[in-house]
Amino acid sequence: MFTKKGIERIETDKKKWQKLFQESIAKTGERLARFSTVSDRPVENLYTPVDLKDHDYSGDIGFPGQYPFTRGVQPSMYRGRLWTMRMFAGLGSARDTNRRFHLLVEEGETGLSTAFDMPTLMGYDTDSPKAKGECGRCGVAIDTLKDMEVLFEGLPIEKITTSMTINPPAAVLWAMYIAMAEKRGISRKVIGGTIQNDMLKEFIAQKTFMCPPESSMRLITDTIEFGTKEVPRWNPISISGYHIREAGSTAVQELAFTLADGIAYVEAALKRGMDVDSFAHRLSFFFNSHLDFFEEIAKFRAARRMWAKIMKERFKAKDPRSLWLRFHTQTAGCSLTAQQPYNNIIRTTLEALAAVLGGTQSLHTNSLDEVLALPTEEAATIALRTQQIIAEEVGIANTIDPLGGSYFLERLTNDMEEEAFAYIQKIDEMGGMVAAIERNYPQLEIADAAYQYQKQIDETEKTVIGVNKYVTGEELPVEILQIEEELERNQIEWTQEVKNSRNNKKVKTTLQRLGEAAQGDENLMYPILDAVRAYATEQEICDVFRDVFGIYRDPGVY
Amino acid sequence: MAKPGLDGHDRGARIIARAYRDAGFEVVYTGLHQTPEEIVQAAIQEDVDMIGLSSLAGAHLYLFPRVIELLEQSGANDIVVCGGGIFPEEDIPKLKKAGIKEIFTPGTPLSEVVAWVEENVEARR
Repeated sequence: MFTKKGIERIETDKKKWQKLFQESIAKTGERLARFSTVSDRPVENLYTPVDLKDHDYSGDIGFPGQYPFTRGVQPSMYRGRLWTMRMFAGLGSARDTNRRFHLLVEEGETGLSTAFDMPTLMGYDTDSPKAKGECGRCGVAIDTLKDMEVLFEGLPIEKITTSMTINPPAAVLWAMYIAMAEKRGISRKVIGGTIQNDMLKEFIAQKTFMCPPESSMRLITDTIEFGTKEVPRWNPISISGYHIREAGSTAVQELAFTLADGIAYVEAALKRGMDVDSFAHRLSFFFNSHLDFFEEIAKFRAARRMWAKIMKERFKAKDPRSLWLRFHTQTAGCSLTAQQPYNNIIRTTLEALAAVLGGTQSLHTNSLDEVLALPTEEAATIALRTQQIIAEEVGIANTIDPLGGSYFLERLTNDMEEEAFAYIQKIDEMGGMVAAIERNYPQLEIADAAYQYQKQIDETEKTVIGVNKYVTGEELPVEILQIEEELERNQIEWTQEVKNSRNNKKVKTTLQRLGEAAQGDENLMYPILDAVRAYATEQEICDVFRDVFGIYRDPGVY
Repeated sequence: MAKPGLDGHDRGARIIARAYRDAGFEVVYTGLHQTPEEIVQAAIQEDVDMIGLSSLAGAHLYLFPRVIELLEQSGANDIVVCGGGIFPEEDIPKLKKAGIKEIFTPGTPLSEVVAWVEENVEARR
């Protein structure tokens, strides 16, 4: 990109400039003892073409929509179409959440995203003793297909895509969604959306688990296979780094572990006998957008380039779509503070900006009150407006990858790619991600990073405004969303009614069939669909899996 | 350190467990998805002086008092119980009234959490 002579001249000039720099800080020293990113990567005072001296524009940076996709996955990016504004929402009952969905769509969101409560996430019904006190508190309670029907009532699911953040019981909730759509006369060939369905990151970070890794992988491979045959517009998996980051990992760990998980899923599907180009284009990803602006943008760009290389060189994919890393982003929940919560609007804005400059396909912006409770309507609307203002007022979506070519950014992108590939190699040497998880490798890497970060905050090496700097005694009041007490009782009654009015003999038969299928190797989506249509509850289905596959227990390492 | 209920958010609990360990306390971490019954059983079995309950998924008003209730039933209510995580402001007095000795909210430095134990928890017997 630069001539050898040009580089040499800049190197010489930079040495001269460093002297100037030293003179200018001679009296007071630098502002900080150490300049580093949120992930503790050291940052130099200036970056120049010298940092990119071995760079080749076409090979390393390239063009949007073309290998290696550094500048974007689609050729037209936001010039053709903005990212999907997809606000994660879920609270209380299906009726409550349906209301919130309608509000967000009216206010301009362009994709739906569903948050479920802890019992639903863990494959339990509201009336399970394990679910006591938990109904509707961190998302929507779904026990049967009836709840799913209410959840999406009045929403144009043939036109708008839906994401569901669900993991161990993902196949079940997907079956409920498909059955709900078909009852409305909408074909499974037409519906679009995503199920998160990424168990490897559960064992590593989010920790909603049910069955052990091997059987979890079987179920996931079933869904991928089912998707390629039956639901062509659906992403059967959202390979996630968000939660890995929320658990305390560094940006490079988030990048590396996510792609290593992706490699494991591709290998599992290939082992099943699927052709890589039949499913790879429907693998989707999900990243965090944390506070360190440039580190995050570099991470997104490195991710695209790395995945393209992995799919091309390691898995020999031929279809260009198989090389695309398409991703959803959520701004970092763990970066928000309980103190001075209105400051969180600023944090979310900057994180959203990074995601857009990083070329995300879809974006959720956190609400200011989410450290305290589920978001109120007002807070969620401000979060949505944040995206709309970025999209339409600020001009950064006017041209593709506007920060491409920044010496700092391209250097960061390169360095992060190199370090992430080193992690992936290490995981390969352990035998892949499933083996690495069994050794607690990623879990302990994350625990170390999280502990170090906490110490840096406690020792004021890293600043958190309102927490260790500019702390005020008085706080502006924030209204908190309340979940009604009667909700749990009502939901239990409601589900009991469903159980009373369904054909219980049929339910029993479908569950028995499912159990047999689980012990064999047929694709479980079909018997799950049968059970779901008969109004079997989520737990009734998951109990079959627990019976056949066993229950995974947290090893409790710290 | 215990994680009651279905809540899987364990970043904080594990950091605190490390901080306690580094401070020289003997730490038992129950891991995730413990029922109040399992927590109390483990606490009595391990003969702990204190239980730290972590909750970030909003079910604390049922789970925390239930732990206290079971400790009382087992005659082990000299075990100090404190909590940490995400709590609406108005729930904190309710939890304290139920018998939770202290509640630690986001932003509390590790040194403060450790110091509190040193000042408020005695070895039983």
